[in-house]
Amino acid sequence: MTMTTENAKPGQSPSTSSPGSGSISSGRFGDFGGQYVAETLMPAAEELAAAYAEAAGDPAFWAELSQRLQSYVGRPTPLSFAPTLSDELGARIYLKREDLLHTGAHKINNCLGQALLAARMGKTRIIAETGAGQHGVATATVAALLSMPCVVYMGAEDARRQALNVFRMKLLGAEVRTVAAGSQTLKDAMNEAIRDWVTNVAGTHYLLGSVAGPHPYPTMVRDFQSVIGREAREQIREAENRAPDALVACVGGGSNAAGLFSPFIGDSGVRLVGVEAAGEGLDSRHAATLSRGRPGVLHGSKSYVLCDDDGQVAEAHSISAGLDYPGVGPEHAHWRDTGRVRYVSRTDDEALAALQQLARAEGIVCALETAHAVAALPEVAGEVGPDGLVIVSISGRGDKDMETVSKALEVAS
Amino acid sequence: MTRLRDRFDARRAEGKSALVIYITEGDPSPAATADIVRAAADAGADAVELGVPFSDPSADGPVIQAAMQRALGNGGSLKSALATARAVRAAGCEVPLVLFGYYNPIFVYGTGRLAADARDAGIDALLTVDVPLGELGELAAPSARAGLGVVPLVAPTSGDDRVAQAAALDPPFVYYISMTGITGAAFSGSAGGAERVAKVREAVRAPVAVGFGIKTGDDARAVAAYADGVVVGSAVVSRIQAAGAQGAPAAVGEFVADLRRALDAPPRS
Repeated sequence: MTMTTENAKPGQSPSTSSPGSGSISSGRFGDFGGQYVAETLMPAAEELAAAYAEAAGDPAFWAELSQRLQSYVGRPTPLSFAPTLSDELGARIYLKREDLLHTGAHKINNCLGQALLAARMGKTRIIAETGAGQHGVATATVAALLSMPCVVYMGAEDARRQALNVFRMKLLGAEVRTVAAGSQTLKDAMNEAIRDWVTNVAGTHYLLGSVAGPHPYPTMVRDFQSVIGREAREQIREAENRAPDALVACVGGGSNAAGLFSPFIGDSGVRLVGVEAAGEGLDSRHAATLSRGRPGVLHGSKSYVLCDDDGQVAEAHSISAGLDYPGVGPEHAHWRDTGRVRYVSRTDDEALAALQQLARAEGIVCALETAHAVAALPEVAGEVGPDGLVIVSISGRGDKDMETVSKALEVAS
Repeated sequence: MTRLRDRFDARRAEGKSALVIYITEGDPSPAATADIVRAAADAGADAVELGVPFSDPSADGPVIQAAMQRALGNGGSLKSALATARAVRAAGCEVPLVLFGYYNPIFVYGTGRLAADARDAGIDALLTVDVPLGELGELAAPSARAGLGVVPLVAPTSGDDRVAQAAALDPPFVYYISMTGITGAAFSGSAGGAERVAKVREAVRAPVAVGFGIKTGDDARAVAAYADGVVVGSAVVSRIQAAGAQGAPAAVGEFVADLRRALDAPPRS
């Protein structure tokens, strides 16, 4: 049971307002993707796929989303040239500034899109899972904006690490339910959100925060996030009058990377680099699913999974709560296997160093998730050389991580 | 597979419902699980679902989640479930066995290899919670080659087209989920259930067993009035936890006997 429709091609809209070609897939990315959920949820997944296919073909839907992204969220975000970092690393580095968005990260691009879709479907309640809390905050924000009750599931360990975001969600009127099961992180929050969805399936929209989960989520979330790449594509052409040589983004579930990469997938000259969390090292505790995982089935789709020989899912580790997930979106699994995207990883310590480097060089304190992408810039800069153009996704700002970072640096000093 | 279907048919011929009992492999220990299976069979269970513990049981409520956590801590696994099945058969117990679980352990093991190994271990059918009808082909095909049945789940939300897909699998039985929810939730009674099950029974040639939330003899009896089989899971698992390793087989036997008596009692007037 898969959905196929015509590609969305709104006639009059500017090219940055909708995903354009290739927006609705069959839900399969090579061997990956699909709909591996309880039978009870299948009608809801199919209803969502049909509703999204319908909305994606409606220029009025994209026009409203585009208008709200501009007037409420703060799009387009700048593409900032990074002069000092460029000098230090030996390439022309541009920063795609998702950190400047309302709520402080790229997550809200997807939240607003899904919330408008949920309203269009007549859903009256929104639930979400969150790891770092950025997706939870963005979901609570759009729920407040559209006057919908909202429940956010968060692992108890994450809620401890990100107490400030828990407070923000409550301030926005959301109910935060902490999850004490399993590793008490993102995967357990997802399990609990799925349990809520299966119980309250009729009126509830599950606002999933990454390019993971059953079809249509990986496609839909990618499309909502592709505004990052569509803007960047125009902006780099304006600034440099040519295509970039490389794009770099961090990958947990993989939504900001999918958003930046997807408009460039057909441009074979653009090298695409996804950066996973190597945690304490690839031979120790980490969250580098594409580097060290294996094909498996988790949270609704077939993709790469960190699990043991018995199929038990591992407890991932990263200093960054947003990357601390043992799965990854199925399209990334496909891009990995086809070689279109190269996936590398960076450790907690490398991310911490990169966070400080970016702060001092450019006056930008990025999120720990983002710092993993920044940490891969020296490698990529070395490949493209001094005249090479590199765009890195600054997926979020670092305010939420200051406590974690200050503790980690105290220990190190 | 025939063993399973035969048992349902035999109960149906008696005008009774089959009793299906769920337990989690490895809870309280892999060694004790075979004894619990045999105790359930001796007390009148018509089939046993052997639940393979999984780290992320997103369709299960707190009782079975906790059992799976305990089981994983005790070394429960897909492999130990196969060992339990072999031990049950070695002891001469012929109760039909359904290997129940989530897809990732099976996928990682390899579907073809698992189907063959499960058959060799004496398993009759596979039931995976997170492989819905549209994706079930990748499991049904290797299972069919191994002569193993696949039990499809049908939910209150499943439309007629999906019920037809379930029927097309020619399953040993169809598992009808009594409610939209997770295992162990409060039993919602028959609210439209009888009608819905009657429609599903009409559409599939296979027997229909109903599960989710059935905790007592009275619940079981209410469901048996309209279903070919009744599945009891969380209530069994709770008793295993309360009884501990030593007492679990006896506690399960006693509970299953109670359920059996409730199902077999003459109709109330």
